[in-house]
Amino acid sequence: MKIKLFGPATIAAATALAIAVPPAMAQSPIKVGFVTTLSGSQAAIGEDMRRSADLAREHLGGKMGGRPFEIIYEDDSFKPDVGKQKSEKLVQQDKVDFVTGYIWSHVLLASLKPVTDEADTILVSANAGPSKIAGELCNKNFFSTSWQNDQTPMAMGEYLQKKGVKSLYLMAPNYAAGKDMMAGVKRTFKGQIAGEDYTKWPDQLDFSAELAKIRAAKPDGVFIFYPGAHGVQFLTQYSQSGLKGQIPLYQVFSVDAITLPQQKDLALGILGAQEWVNDLPNDQNKRFVADFKKKHGTYPSFYGAQSYDAIMLMASAAEALKGDLSNKDKVRAEMKKANFKSVRGDFKFGNNNFPIENFYIQDTVKDASGMLTLKTVATAMTAAVDPFASQCPMK
Amino acid sequence: MEYLLLQILNGVQLGLLMFLLAAGLTLTFGIMDLVNLAHGSLYMMGAYIAWTLIAWTDSFVLGALLTLPATFVLGIVVERVVARRLYARDHLDQVLATFGLILFFNELVRVIWGPAGKSIAVPRFLAHTIEIMPGAPYPAYRFAIIVVGAAVALLLAWLVARTRVGMLIRAGASNRRMIAALGINIELLFSLVFGLGAVFAALAGLMAAPVTSVKIGMGDDILILAFVIIVIGGIGSIKGAFVAAMLVGQIDIIGRAFLPDMLKTFLSPSAAASAAPSISQVLVYVLMAGVLIWRPTGLFGQRN
Amino acid sequence: MATLLASLRSPRGLLTVLVLVLLAVLPLLTQAFDQRYLLSIGTRIVIWAIAAVSLNMILGYGGLVSFGHAVFFGVGGYAVGILSANGLHSGWLQWPVGILAAATWAALVGTLSLRTRGVYFIMITLAFAQLVYYIGAGLEAYGADDGLNISRSRFPGVIDLRDKASFYWLCFVLLCGTLWFCQRFANSRFGFVLRGAKSNDLRMTALGFPVFRYRLAAFTISGAFGGLAGILLANEGAYISPAMMSWIKSGDLIIIVVLGGMGTLFGPLYGAIAFFALEEFLPPLLDLGGKDWGEYWQIVFGPMLILIALYARGGIDSLLGRTEGRRNG
Repeated sequence: MKIKLFGPATIAAATALAIAVPPAMAQSPIKVGFVTTLSGSQAAIGEDMRRSADLAREHLGGKMGGRPFEIIYEDDSFKPDVGKQKSEKLVQQDKVDFVTGYIWSHVLLASLKPVTDEADTILVSANAGPSKIAGELCNKNFFSTSWQNDQTPMAMGEYLQKKGVKSLYLMAPNYAAGKDMMAGVKRTFKGQIAGEDYTKWPDQLDFSAELAKIRAAKPDGVFIFYPGAHGVQFLTQYSQSGLKGQIPLYQVFSVDAITLPQQKDLALGILGAQEWVNDLPNDQNKRFVADFKKKHGTYPSFYGAQSYDAIMLMASAAEALKGDLSNKDKVRAEMKKANFKSVRGDFKFGNNNFPIENFYIQDTVKDASGMLTLKTVATAMTAAVDPFASQCPMK
Repeated sequence: MEYLLLQILNGVQLGLLMFLLAAGLTLTFGIMDLVNLAHGSLYMMGAYIAWTLIAWTDSFVLGALLTLPATFVLGIVVERVVARRLYARDHLDQVLATFGLILFFNELVRVIWGPAGKSIAVPRFLAHTIEIMPGAPYPAYRFAIIVVGAAVALLLAWLVARTRVGMLIRAGASNRRMIAALGINIELLFSLVFGLGAVFAALAGLMAAPVTSVKIGMGDDILILAFVIIVIGGIGSIKGAFVAAMLVGQIDIIGRAFLPDMLKTFLSPSAAASAAPSISQVLVYVLMAGVLIWRPTGLFGQRN
Repeated sequence: MATLLASLRSPRGLLTVLVLVLLAVLPLLTQAFDQRYLLSIGTRIVIWAIAAVSLNMILGYGGLVSFGHAVFFGVGGYAVGILSANGLHSGWLQWPVGILAAATWAALVGTLSLRTRGVYFIMITLAFAQLVYYIGAGLEAYGADDGLNISRSRFPGVIDLRDKASFYWLCFVLLCGTLWFCQRFANSRFGFVLRGAKSNDLRMTALGFPVFRYRLAAFTISGAFGGLAGILLANEGAYISPAMMSWIKSGDLIIIVVLGGMGTLFGPLYGAIAFFALEEFLPPLLDLGGKDWGEYWQIVFGPMLILIALYARGGIDSLLGRTEGRRNG
């Protein structure tokens, strides 16, 4: 058994030696590791991220700072230990220059130390934003092209506060991100909390008991956080219960380009908050959305936009350094400048390497061809700094 | 009052859905002595096949009706190819092989239907709410689940209690060797029972689909709960599966609907809100452990 | 020593010795060939093998199918994590506490579940494991289901667990210790009673053996070794999370034991090697067949498990010939 194990390894080692001859250095490819979920019920998110990252590579002509680059995709199966294992493979065996992806907080937290500390490799989170990494665990090798978990619901809460909504019923799954979301909305929404329910995660399929409670509580609005397939379930049951016409629904991460084909008309008129919307009027975004649509026939999701930005951010650093990524301090300094055209419009990094960015309110509408999509209707927050930045000792 | 009634109905509906899934599981377990982890995969396949057939026929009822024979055939195929070879094996071999089946079916679905889930719309004639009491509207579709679930439970009760096949099933559940000695075509009976179990699982899957959604691995989450139910009820006992499913349905709803308020009397509201789901999540396991400590073979299981 | 030399003469013995020697020098090899990732896989294999050997003590020798063995990963891991989060970093404290906690929990669960049989036992052990899983997922002070990044146990002046090679060797030595214990355990009077009760517990009871107490003791010992594996797992990733003890992990452990060969001394080790090697090398192998085929590796892995269950009874160990399997189990 063990002998077989070593066969390919020895060959691989020999090949690696052959490649690593100094003169070839300048033209050896830059490697980007991409950890996301490609199997199971959340695989559609990973697929959208992969398509977007591939599109970024295409837009860059397959090169970063004059060197060709490749993206190595790994499936975390939605499990922290698998994600960590794959991250280790990327930094230890493939010796990638950057690692990115990471939809889920727990996968990111499990993979953080092996990548940023033990392998001294730069990690760009293209989605997950647990409060710990924004605060006490902030790290010079960690960058985010998304947000900290509390921020998006804070934007929603701020909007509802200004709109004069008096009472709100909150619902989210009972796991860490769900708790962050509830905490976030409560930071900015100062009206009455008519009730709050945490539901089982990830196996609760039925919301009938909670919907009956909402009916009894009669709030002005319902705020939900149900990512992926759960958002489809929630909207379906909300509408079946007859509540949809009576109490308006507000959401974060529960209606997006991936869930819309299943939510269909049920999603029309449901407001949500997001840092990126597919109709933001900057050139980079127009190109990204148009080319994505041409290639795949659907709109990209915010997961995809963040992945696209992650690749572009790395490319900007490689560009500035003319492809020489050997000095990590210089790479980090270039990354920190965020000197690239983000599809959400330009942003800066805060002291904890999370973006300081705008948040928008979006609505679900039908485009000219009748396809469901999201549309910006208001700006909820401008240049927002996340609430944990002050706990991060980095300057 | 209306609130209480609504919550009880919710529990009944959940319980009946679980019963459909558990019935097939407890039959294959009781009669063929097969631990079939892939029962959840049949639930998933039922939902996906229904999605395809409903899209094809453009009618929910027609698509659903066609799904049943289709999954019966699928059940027979699984039985002939894999399950049959496992009856005489010990439980561990069965767990290993049927776990392999789960992996296979999950990937198969991804290859055929893609990674994104599917949704089945509620049929138009059920897409409204019914006022069961003034001020207490209940979704008509969930009502339909209760009606169909109850009808199937009655049908099954009749089948087991009054027909020849049912007699063999009862005999098989209490003493496997006896039916062999009776000169019955065992192979046929086993195929039939397995196929029937597949149909019930698929029916549960397709009925749940418009409420939840159709996704990869949808049967895995619910499988453990189905096992909990048949173990509480006693393996091989249809009556036990029914009682346990109803019990689990009500406990689940109580945990979600009333526990947070009960906890609020001695915890802060947000602590209560976050502690309640954790507690209600373990409640069914506590129930099962309690039942097994009290009665080591379940409520209605065979005593040795 | 004499038996060791004697065993070298059979192909099985030769292979076993070869595997052990290869595992012993693995860090040197990975360093020589600059394959650090292989060391990571090796470390995981060794830790999981310890857990699998401990499960085998009750499952293989005792016929008690516990579907909640991964809970001991969690109990051991959380003992380290909780102490470390509260500033108690000494391994001399953390490790005994972890092992003791696992053994205590095992004794408690065993007392309540060992009266049930067959599938009821499978399900009651699952129930208790789920109980602990959800407690872990609810511990907000310790990261709830996001898990917790911890610092590794400290043994000042003895060993630095941050060094990958030293950590690996420590795990390897502990695996050898576990195997040695298991061998003594299986061939002791205690082991004979346990195995006798597996095939016929009425007869053992009739012979005057308190079968329940023997089983409880075996369950407790097995839990203690499971806790040790959990402690190592927490230190390997410097991270704990409830996912360590999900029922899927318990299922994986059963698969490893069955795959390797139940009731055999080295079966669980072979099982762990095969399991992780398949997981790691099947996808790239399929990628050779076509682009991105590797992503669908489970469509091959699934039927493979079915075939193993159907046609390779006795697991990998039985493929190496029959004799020793009988002697050990």
